Amino acid sequence: MIEAQHLVKCFRDKKRGAVSAVNGVSFSCRPGEIYGLLGANGAGKTTTLRILATILTPSEGTAIVAGYDVIKDPQMVRSRVGFLSTATALYGRLSAQEMVEYFGRLHGLDEPTLRRRIDELFARLEMNDYRDRRCDKLSTGMKQKVSIARTLVHDPPVMIFDEPTVGLDVMAARTISGFIRECRDAGKTVVFSTHVMSEVEKLCDHIGIIHGGQLLAEGTLTELRARYGIQDLEDLFVKVIEQ
Amino acid sequence: MSLRNIGIVYHKELIDSLRDRRTVISMIVVPLVVMPLLTIGLGFLSLALVGVAMRETPRVMILGGEDSPHVMAALHQMRDIKIVPANPDYAQEISEKQIRAAAEIPAGFEAKLAAGEPATVKIYMYEGEMRSGFGAERLQRFFRGLRDWSVRQRLEERHLPESLARPFDIVEQNVAPPEKVGGAILGGLVPYFVILLCLTGAMYPAMDLTAGEKERGTMETILCSPVSRTHLVFGKFLMVLTAAIATAVLAITAMLVSFAVGKKLILGLTHGAAASALQITVTGKAAFSIFFVVLPLAVFFSAALLALSLFAKSFKEAQSYISPLMIVMVMPAVAALLPGVELSPALALIPVLNTSLVSKEIITGTYHWNLIALIFLSSSLYAGVALAIAVKLFQREDVLFRT
Repeated sequence: MIEAQHLVKCFRDKKRGAVSAVNGVSFSCRPGEIYGLLGANGAGKTTTLRILATILTPSEGTAIVAGYDVIKDPQMVRSRVGFLSTATALYGRLSAQEMVEYFGRLHGLDEPTLRRRIDELFARLEMNDYRDRRCDKLSTGMKQKVSIARTLVHDPPVMIFDEPTVGLDVMAARTISGFIRECRDAGKTVVFSTHVMSEVEKLCDHIGIIHGGQLLAEGTLTELRARYGIQDLEDLFVKVIEQ
Repeated sequence: MSLRNIGIVYHKELIDSLRDRRTVISMIVVPLVVMPLLTIGLGFLSLALVGVAMRETPRVMILGGEDSPHVMAALHQMRDIKIVPANPDYAQEISEKQIRAAAEIPAGFEAKLAAGEPATVKIYMYEGEMRSGFGAERLQRFFRGLRDWSVRQRLEERHLPESLARPFDIVEQNVAPPEKVGGAILGGLVPYFVILLCLTGAMYPAMDLTAGEKERGTMETILCSPVSRTHLVFGKFLMVLTAAIATAVLAITAMLVSFAVGKKLILGLTHGAAASALQITVTGKAAFSIFFVVLPLAVFFSAALLALSLFAKSFKEAQSYISPLMIVMVMPAVAALLPGVELSPALALIPVLNTSLVSKEIITGTYHWNLIALIFLSSSLYAGVALAIAVKLFQREDVLFRT
């Protein structure tokens, strides 16, 4: 379960002074659901998700993630969250297995559990062929799979994806989409951000349209279409942010 | 404080760094190559250069002397100089290294000697030029011998004892232990290189583990793991410290081995002739003591470099911060090489300079335990402050996500 409560994040900018990247964002997402944050570049998607993953601390407001407060118990939140974004790269000089092992150990898994999880994940994601290959020698698709294994090694109940398909080819993007669906089917709470309309239509149970750091509209796709009387999601999105 | 998490981060960073070519070069290859090159290589080179210069028969010019046939004949009989015909451009020829030196014999030199009148022989040379010095020295030796012979002749003629002109002898006796003699030559240089290598050993891992992570996009990956940022800094810091210490230890070991090997080789080649110049002994105690005083400095370097590189957005930016820092850090080490800079309680508080000065003293066999303790404590304090700053910076979002 994720409950974002009036999240505000201000940054200090040399030229512009104090800038609010996120300004009073509230939403919730239940287990077995995919919540999509839809917004243009600079809308505040990444900052919101970084706050939920406790990488950033909110200036105001808070969020409860998997039962823990992001301000009071950030480490407990991180141990229950799998965070994947295009900015979460792999250690190039470690092998695929070493990379996943490293994060498994940091999540406090004991060695027998870690072995078992790695064997399961590598088999499920068909990664055994390049298990011992260094990450900097892997193709983009292979790297994505290693990242997925890294986020899943501790079997977290909450998954956060920040524009996970940016810069990926069709096949790699499909792997990610399939993986996001699997997470939902496994009963995990899933939040993901994107600016790709088709991904939202295919994956999301709930949608939040974010612009200028504020959540302008929220609901299921059907609800939003009915509310604005527009079928095409792109047109709907433009109408919401222009209002 | 979870030692387990620090250990996990450290173990990963160690594996990662040992697979990084730049770190391996600065941590292992440089100390193992620089130290032997410095001692054996430079030793051989200087011996070879001096040997070649000494073996050369210098071309010298004798100006005047036409009315002093006996002196001229004796000069021509000398085997370790080659006399070339006199030429008024002697000064230019010395400058252009066509001849090494020239001696000017005054008119009526032999007659003045016989009459007991004063006379001056001038020797021309190019000061600071080794080969010119060797040529001039041989001419000087000849004329000094001639002067001594004349004094003896005059005393004999007057039936006076030789001791009249030489009432007593002066003998210099060295009381410094062998390591002091060696230390005087290389005492300042060795700690300077150990400190420099310690800094370069820490430099690449510090940049790679912070700015390098930001650049490669792995900083966000590690920040979303449950490991606390303090543990993360400690794990990374231990890796940087390992590199600094490994570099220092390898440098000290290479220094000990190359002193021992170099001394044997050079003594063998020169048949013991260079024995007095090579009274260099670096004892195990000295090596251990240097390691002991360099240790807090390594901690200080590691933490300071880590904090500074964390601030940078990229590896390149980190390099631009660290290059000037290298000069700032090395300056005190260079200051310790200056003659007359001696260790005092006030200087014991200046980072880097204190370690350099005390290492110089240790190599020359002097142990001021009070000052060593003071240096260890002050360096540890600086190291602690630098580490606290690094931990603090790791908590700051504006530093971690500086764009």
